[in-house]
Amino acid sequence: MNRRDFIQQAGWGVGALAASSIPIMGYAVPIERLLEPGLSVATKKQLADVALNAAKSRGATYTDVRIGRYLQQFVFTREKQVQNISNAESFGVGIRVIANGTWGFSATNDVTPDGIAKCAQTAVAIAKANSKIQTEPVVLAPQKGAGEVSWKTPLTKNAFEVPVKEKIDLLLRTNNAALTNGAGFVTSNLFMINEQKYFASTDGSYIDQDVHRIWPTFTVTAVDRAAGKFKTRDALSSPMGMGYEYMDGLASEKIPGPNGLVGYRNSYDIVEDATLAAKQAKEKMTAKSVPAGKYDLVLDPNHLGLTIHESVGHPTELDRVLGYEANYAGTSFATLDKWKTKSFKYGSDLVNIVADKKQAGSLGAVAFDDEGVPAKEWDLIKNGVLVNYQAIRDQVSILGEKESNGCCYADNWDSVQFQRMPNVSLRPSAEKRSVMDMIKGVEKGIYIIGRGSYSIDQQRYNFQFGGQLFYEIKNGEVVGMLDDVAYQANTQEFWNSCVQLCDKDDYRMFGSFFDGKGQPSQVSAVSHGSPTTRFNGVNVINTGRKI
Amino acid sequence: MAILSKEEAKSIIDKVLKYAKADETAVSVSGGRTGNIRYARNSVSTSGESNNLALAVTSVYGKRSGTATINEFDDASLEKTVRRAEEIAQLAPENPEYMPMLGPQTYLTTNPYSENTAKIDPEYRAKAAFDSLDPCRKKNLTAAGYMEDSTGFSAIGNSKGLFAYNRATSVDFTITVRTADGLGSGYAIRDVTDISKLSTKEATEIAMQKALASVSAKALEPGKYTVILEPAASVDLLQNMMGSMDGRSADEGRSFLSKKGGGTRLGEKLFDERVTIYSDPTNPEIPTSAFGGGGGGRFGGGADGRPQEKVTWVDKGVIKNMYYSRFWADKKGVKATPPPAAVIMQGGTQSLLDLIKSTEKGILVTRLWYIRAVDPQTLLYTGLTRDGTFYIENGQIKYPVKNFRFNESPVIMLNNLEAMGAPVRISGNLIPPLKIRDFTFSSLSDAV
Repeated sequence: MNRRDFIQQAGWGVGALAASSIPIMGYAVPIERLLEPGLSVATKKQLADVALNAAKSRGATYTDVRIGRYLQQFVFTREKQVQNISNAESFGVGIRVIANGTWGFSATNDVTPDGIAKCAQTAVAIAKANSKIQTEPVVLAPQKGAGEVSWKTPLTKNAFEVPVKEKIDLLLRTNNAALTNGAGFVTSNLFMINEQKYFASTDGSYIDQDVHRIWPTFTVTAVDRAAGKFKTRDALSSPMGMGYEYMDGLASEKIPGPNGLVGYRNSYDIVEDATLAAKQAKEKMTAKSVPAGKYDLVLDPNHLGLTIHESVGHPTELDRVLGYEANYAGTSFATLDKWKTKSFKYGSDLVNIVADKKQAGSLGAVAFDDEGVPAKEWDLIKNGVLVNYQAIRDQVSILGEKESNGCCYADNWDSVQFQRMPNVSLRPSAEKRSVMDMIKGVEKGIYIIGRGSYSIDQQRYNFQFGGQLFYEIKNGEVVGMLDDVAYQANTQEFWNSCVQLCDKDDYRMFGSFFDGKGQPSQVSAVSHGSPTTRFNGVNVINTGRKI
Repeated sequence: MAILSKEEAKSIIDKVLKYAKADETAVSVSGGRTGNIRYARNSVSTSGESNNLALAVTSVYGKRSGTATINEFDDASLEKTVRRAEEIAQLAPENPEYMPMLGPQTYLTTNPYSENTAKIDPEYRAKAAFDSLDPCRKKNLTAAGYMEDSTGFSAIGNSKGLFAYNRATSVDFTITVRTADGLGSGYAIRDVTDISKLSTKEATEIAMQKALASVSAKALEPGKYTVILEPAASVDLLQNMMGSMDGRSADEGRSFLSKKGGGTRLGEKLFDERVTIYSDPTNPEIPTSAFGGGGGGRFGGGADGRPQEKVTWVDKGVIKNMYYSRFWADKKGVKATPPPAAVIMQGGTQSLLDLIKSTEKGILVTRLWYIRAVDPQTLLYTGLTRDGTFYIENGQIKYPVKNFRFNESPVIMLNNLEAMGAPVRISGNLIPPLKIRDFTFSSLSDAV
């Protein structure tokens, strides 16, 4: 079995509906294994020191070592049955060195002193081999060692301790709610991840972290065979950096919206959402096909999060700006010369976008990143102006900065860490404003909820987004459902058309659980908070076709 | 390196099966080495290598199944793994769609393995990267590229006597070259089974030409255009369409192959009559594993051991086959054809240049990027052109044009077929360059 056995390979054998591939990392293990403790911190420190010393003796000028135990439990159901339960563990060591001014990386699942020493030697050998064709030596921003520290995702219910039967029962109840409310088909899934990461470096850091994430989701399909039509509605949950308490469905965390819609903040009611989804999927069957044109868009946080991710998150990744991702994801329009002017209007004055690795309940929350830099919060866009980027230690010197802002991450022990997106969030308005208040002011608009189709160019100028639910707004009122809606815009024009934001009471997190980047591709999980926000005069196209 | 021979793999599988007590037991063992080198800004950014060897046991009691995995091969570990799989199976929920394991199968002989590729080492990768970087540095162009090579095997066996073995190698190479001012960008992609057939220098030179030729692109109005899609541009759309040819989804009324009023569009003519798409694991240009398909992983294989045969999916524009899970095929009383590992689209004999020469007005597209489904009902996709988009007039490339966003369905596209060139290997498939009329570009992008 390969380390990355994709249950859903993005290949010939996969339906277009299953757009994203779901990486299972590691080996199938019995469920009890997920609750067994890993190596003690003392043992990990001893092993880490073996790596640090072995690399140094071979000529490395910097070394970091990550001893990682990555646990996953994924539950898949459809209609009345369980399709699969995957319990997986991946355990090993990744060693990164600088030798002759060049990075080298090697990893092994032989977690013994000998195995680790050999792995460190290989990392140095790779660095030296590549240094022969290198032109720029690595410049690593200094980082004070953290000493011996530990951190754990604050949670009240470790998802791995919840019996699997309870999870299956909940998903089957969810499916039943959808089926009894008009769905033809339903799949529901629960993804739970625990990263037990030990990081040590020659800076004097020995950092033990226990990171938990959860993502409940479903897709409901309504079918009208006579008409030859089908419509789907996906869950309006968000993946979170939380334990199983996210599944409690607390009434206090629900935000009521127009037309019986419910927004979920830090607690999710999956059965209620599936009930609504089935009804809404049926309603989509007869929804009015949107006339193409300019509309004012009112974008729900569960939708806007992805737009933030694609049009602000990725373009402000410094490695993209510098060209490190040119061969794959692409570069960025948010170039250094624009940033240097200190006046590049990314958005309107209302747009304040912050990056952070600290927000409670977020997917990005940690105490330290994967190169020993403490979690921070910093502005990317302030009053509409581009003010900073996301960077790691070998990049910040290019910005003239002395410290990394802590965006380094590897998705597994055998992946090399590189720059990954922190949480990137839109700050709410200080003025009191609810969604209903916002809709009242819109003459001709569309209210969009949920993550739909999304596509953006390799420099992040031109994008097109769909959604899960579209409601027509006329003269300050929601008048009915629309279908075949997608909006196209240029990033800078779009964010400059931002005219109004709701307040903190409406603020919610959206998340991307399997965000892909790099070659070989790695996943990461990241949250995007925002309030419901209004954008004026956005180009909407009609996506209806006949084949 | 963790490559077991057919005999070694069979001997381990047989040993594991002897420990088995469940109703049915399947064993898969696979391993290999994957190495890569990545560069950007004309310098190597990362490089690594990993080796893997693991064995998975799936035990079944009735309709309950459990899987356990191990990477140690001593007798005690193997037996422990069987016991563990059996314990997991007994605790698992019943799978109402479970199908009994297959008995011995007859497989085609294929050879997706090359000794040349198996011999690649870190020095070779550094040289391959240098051959790509060096010409770019000399011309003041910026290279970003990635090469990944894999050598491995996959073997499966079960308590009903099925056994299959596959050994495979592959190399994937992509290169993006940008001009120093950032106004031009070019791309090339190659994949081979045998590394001796890959020249990173040759591919890089094409990307360099495209980068230089794409500087100062002009903006054309969005709209419907005749396009020539290079295979790197059409492969993803075709791949997405083929990925939607699951028989169950069509039967369930939620596929582009579902028929109004019920049933499927099997046997209907959906495309231009020149469109024929088939799979053939023995094709010497794109050899693939003789078993499995879909979820089998990098080295072929797949859990249930179904043979991969020559299958015609689209014949002269008519839908001829869909693929099925064994459960659904059994329920419907049809052959359980697995999804293909790779496909071949029949083309013509013309070169890309011939297609350009015969075009009065059109747009040459190097590749499409960030393709996402917009409507699964019509297979409408959106995405953008990237890394070399050119305007053609009177049979000649006139000037570079700005990138477009498209909204198009491969079903509509294959109805609007004007001409096809000779198929070339792309991402493991054989796809011809396609000339398509009325391809829908819906907006302009400033991206280079």
